Amino acid sequence: MSKYYLGVDLGSTTSKAVIINDKDEIIGRGITNTRANYSVAADIARDEAIYNARFSVLKKKLEAEMKVNPEYNKYINDLESVFQYEQFKVKLDRLGEELLKTCGTFFKEEERRNEILNHLRNIRRAFKPKIKHDYLYNDLGSKNQFFRDIVSEKYNEEVNKLGIGLFEPLMTVWDKSISPAENERVMFDFKELVHKAMEELEVKYKNLPDTNAGDVSVNFDAEMNLLKGNFDHVSETLREHIDEIADLEFNIENMTGTGYGRALLPFPQECIRSEILCHAFGAHAVFPNTRTVLDIGGQDTKAIQVDKYGLVTSFQMNDRCAAGCGRYLGYIADEMSISLNELGPMAMEAEKEVTICSTCTVFAGAELRELTNLGEKRADILGGLHKAIIMRAMSLIARSGGVFNEFTFTGGVARNQAVIKYLTQLVKENYGDNITINIHTDSIFMGALGGAMFARRNLSDNMPTDKAVHEVA
Amino acid sequence: MSNPTEAIKEKSMVIQKEMLGDLFTQLSNAKENGKKVVYTFVPGNLTELILALDMLPVYPEINALQSGMRKKSGSYIKDAEKLGFSEDVCTYVKCDIGMMLNGNIGPTGEQLPPPDLLLLSYTGCFTFLKWFENLERLYPGVEIAMLHTPYQEDGKITDDQINYMVKQLTEEVIPKLEKVAGKKMDYDRLSKMLENSSKSEQLWVEVLQSAKNVPSPIDSYFAGVYYMGPLFTAFRGTEKALEYYQELHNEVFERMRLGLHPINPEGEMKEERFRLVVEGPPNWTNFREFWKIFYDMGAVIVASTYTKVGGVYDGGFRHEPEKPLESLAKYCMGCYTNLNLPQRVDLIEHYIKEYKADGFLINSIKSCNSFSAGQLLIMREIEQRCGVPVGFIESDLVDPRYFSYANIKNRLESYFQMLEQRKIIMQQEGASI
Repeated sequence: MSKYYLGVDLGSTTSKAVIINDKDEIIGRGITNTRANYSVAADIARDEAIYNARFSVLKKKLEAEMKVNPEYNKYINDLESVFQYEQFKVKLDRLGEELLKTCGTFFKEEERRNEILNHLRNIRRAFKPKIKHDYLYNDLGSKNQFFRDIVSEKYNEEVNKLGIGLFEPLMTVWDKSISPAENERVMFDFKELVHKAMEELEVKYKNLPDTNAGDVSVNFDAEMNLLKGNFDHVSETLREHIDEIADLEFNIENMTGTGYGRALLPFPQECIRSEILCHAFGAHAVFPNTRTVLDIGGQDTKAIQVDKYGLVTSFQMNDRCAAGCGRYLGYIADEMSISLNELGPMAMEAEKEVTICSTCTVFAGAELRELTNLGEKRADILGGLHKAIIMRAMSLIARSGGVFNEFTFTGGVARNQAVIKYLTQLVKENYGDNITINIHTDSIFMGALGGAMFARRNLSDNMPTDKAVHEVA
Repeated sequence: MSNPTEAIKEKSMVIQKEMLGDLFTQLSNAKENGKKVVYTFVPGNLTELILALDMLPVYPEINALQSGMRKKSGSYIKDAEKLGFSEDVCTYVKCDIGMMLNGNIGPTGEQLPPPDLLLLSYTGCFTFLKWFENLERLYPGVEIAMLHTPYQEDGKITDDQINYMVKQLTEEVIPKLEKVAGKKMDYDRLSKMLENSSKSEQLWVEVLQSAKNVPSPIDSYFAGVYYMGPLFTAFRGTEKALEYYQELHNEVFERMRLGLHPINPEGEMKEERFRLVVEGPPNWTNFREFWKIFYDMGAVIVASTYTKVGGVYDGGFRHEPEKPLESLAKYCMGCYTNLNLPQRVDLIEHYIKEYKADGFLINSIKSCNSFSAGQLLIMREIEQRCGVPVGFIESDLVDPRYFSYANIKNRLESYFQMLEQRKIIMQQEGASI
């Protein structure tokens, strides 16, 4: 039987889980937003990593057949996305219950309560089909978006359509309901859910028009056409395999918890490891020539020097100020009333970088408004902000000893194109053109990957921890 | 079960406690007894000169660190800031000024007497100059003596420098001391004291070197700051200090003979997992918490630069009874913060090799330019020369606002895991070769 190892990285903003096999290959990834209940965040990330691992195992099993029948691949990808929609539905029902409960206790007056309840039902009725469509046709499931963000965006949209007088009561109800709903772990039966997903998928394909004439919301491609013409056959052929992976027992041999919230993870103390070591180990495993690692996460930035074994030789981190981290970008996005994902692309359009003096997140927000009033272009301001972040990171790197070849960039912020642009520019300017810069698509998972790799090596046996020492004493 | 080593251990602590208690009582009665009081600083102090003239020394930075340990520094610092001292001014200074503003109550709860003389014997820390300028304003008309100590720019002490300092001592400092004391210097008495100093210093050096033993019987940093007390403050040159170091020496060598680990506030350490060299002063406001992080992880500090702040003896320096003033001059110029950066790096490298250290850690102090300037360079240089993992944490001397337990613990945890992981991998690598 295959052996699997789990790494959980409980960050300040997101919680990540990675499952690897005994060849250090990633077979499952899970990510969710970190919330007040850390243990739920860790459980959700792990559950998602295990679901994802089942689909990975399925694909691995069918690797040879998929080459001949590309529609198998399409089917499995679609299935995973719809599977996520099925999970979403259950969570939405749970949130619905919570909203009803809050309404019941918050609005004492019956008439008012019924009015609000009515609005809540209408809101749900309005946004649910939109989200479903995004899952089924626009691959929402693969975009690493969290339940909270998906629902809140649509909820806000609908609330804003209503009168101003309803804004406050509806937002209050939301604020009071989302956290309890989110802080409770929902248990799913994988097999049941995957069967439901298969039925949903069947409905999707049966109802697909023959062409996309007039309907721009469905993105037709060759694979989809291939699958459409062959759906029943593919579905029947794969059912047996799907049942098999659904029944597969995932034995996690060992696990490691890391990240900002690691001390609060419901893990045995000997399975807890510093995120500095994990990030370095993960980055070094993916890019074995790595000597310098920069990790920009939600609220901290780490510059880490590693040796040829992936061992940390020194590190520097910002533990006084979070300017220049993921949260800084989040704050700026809020200030500009755009989503975090839009920041990078907008900054890429910059024709020049406006100098941002503030090293403080809050003041940077004020500076941004000031510069806007002075007529600077948004893109140029954003370009300056992104450059400012990298300049802070460069100073931290310098403190840790500088950039040595090769240089690997990890953390959630590594997904931002503008950050990568300025990082590349400044690394080359300061340390020469010969530095190889590595950025992996899994960069946000590096800490969890390193953790899983530690778990596989079981190096924790002799690790010093508070608990171990207390037990001796 | 009676533990003989614990009993012996207590003895040196009892002696030190008696010494301190006696000093502060003498200080609180100084005016009644007609004793003159000299405020001076620890680095390069001229304690023997003060004591030989029957005057009593007060060390403002020791008062500040004591206030820090007694959780009083926070409000003292705020009082000094209300007076206009900037957030960036050394917190020892602000704590000291705040203490004076609040009645100058010393660590034993007794009032400290105002100074009759401000003796500035070490000028390598520029803040000291400004500190005494401020004290002069608080005590208008107070006598001042200043000894200019040349920095070891070229990494050595020259004859010219010694002559320059001896000239200052004979022409300015000692006459001023004599004027305040109202008596002439008794050079025989001074030589006798310097002989005691030299003997105490020899014992102190042997105590510190006991940490070369594996396991180390002492923690050279957290316990070291207690051990260094009598030598670096009001007692160097006294019979009592010599007695203290004799006792400490016996205890430590007995611990070493028995293969025992260092003692911490919660008892004896059970296992030595990591041997570290530490650079920089400790934090005083959370000293116990800070120490606990180390002993809980099985980390022993085998050598530290901070315990050289009152004098570096590694190069063989001892006070010389035959050449009193020359040796006092050399002593002032030899204190740790008067060494140039290459000398400091060499010294640390020597510690890491001689004391078989697994790692090098810097506690970078916001307040202290004398220590903190150049630390990143030192760290890089040590990493390259010794190949040991290096760590960097940040705190402050006595400003509680700059001690973040969670952040320091997080960094130290990562650092200890780094060391452990390295040990494991190196063993595996060693085995496969």
